[in-house]
Amino acid sequence: MNLTVNGKPSTVDGKESVNVTELLVELKVPQAEYVTVELNGEVLEREAFDATVVREGDAVEFLYFMGGGNSTFPKGAK
Amino acid sequence: MFTEEQIERYSRHIILKEVGGKGQKKLLDGKVMVIGAGGLGAPIALYLAAAGVGTIGIADADVVDLSNLQRQVIHFTPDVGKPKVESAREKMEAINPDVKVRTYREWISAANIARIIADYDFAIDGTDNFAAKFLINDACVMAGKPYSHGGILQFVGQTLTVLPGQSTCYRCIFPSPPPKDAIPTCSQAGVIGVLPGVIGTIQATEAIKFLLGKGELLANRLLMYDALEMNFRKVRINRNQKCPVCGENPTVTELVDELDALNVCDLEK
Ligand SMILES: [Zn+2]
Repeated sequence: MNLTVNGKPSTVDGKESVNVTELLVELKVPQAEYVTVELNGEVLEREAFDATVVREGDAVEFLYFMGGGNSTFPKGAK
Repeated sequence: MFTEEQIERYSRHIILKEVGGKGQKKLLDGKVMVIGAGGLGAPIALYLAAAGVGTIGIADADVVDLSNLQRQVIHFTPDVGKPKVESAREKMEAINPDVKVRTYREWISAANIARIIADYDFAIDGTDNFAAKFLINDACVMAGKPYSHGGILQFVGQTLTVLPGQSTCYRCIFPSPPPKDAIPTCSQAGVIGVLPGVIGTIQATEAIKFLLGKGELLANRLLMYDALEMNFRKVRINRNQKCPVCGENPTVTELVDELDALNVCDLEK
């Protein structure tokens, strides 16, 4: 099955479809517990990962949390 | 309406048809709040001051640390130990005496964020932790305040401009913060010093475009930058009807500190 993953061609060998939970494993997606998944332009709810099927030709985006910049919370509160 | 000195100072702006004298006046009348005076806040504050954005707020409770200087280009070696907002104010005023800098030497929280952003046309998230990022998003959405989100880690960064009620907000993409310590921090994982320069400069560009009313803002599109691949990508992201803060049935209806989500990219450690 051929997909477009984060803008690049990607293949899942030997499968014609997988659900999103399986895809996260197949593609060894980092931060799989927290990653946001967008399928063909729609952000998926985490609860829908098991029931959402990814097929040939689909476009998938994995969107990751990124911090950065500077601390603006009290250190004591951590 | 301009002094001779201002005409010379802003000549490269004024000559642009998208800016002109009218646009420069808009910048001078503009008010932008920069939250965080660190890696992202440094280039943001410097460029906004240089551009002649007339009123710039800058919030940060921290003091300059030696380990900041690798990327926080508004702070210099003799500033180590000085409050970051003071260090930033000195540089901004030295670049451009036209600019009024308002400093907020405080950590943002559910108790003060609404007050801090209230008087500004546009806000910029230059913070490093998800508690702050979610709080800024929620406060801006609730107040209808346009703002720019920015995030960095290692060699990658992301930015999104949020026009509350009209475009995708941060929670439309990330409904809730990750648990504390779930995502590596910059102090654990590192960050290449030039990265916040790239992302912060884009955030400052968005603020300037917003004030000018020119161009197309980075709304409904998350811009992702990978410095190692030298790749920029924009991903179209539509508003999420189930967004906890701007969706059809919001569950986030008041500002709360997401204490569990503190400390994500604490660059100070
Ligand atoms: Zn939203």
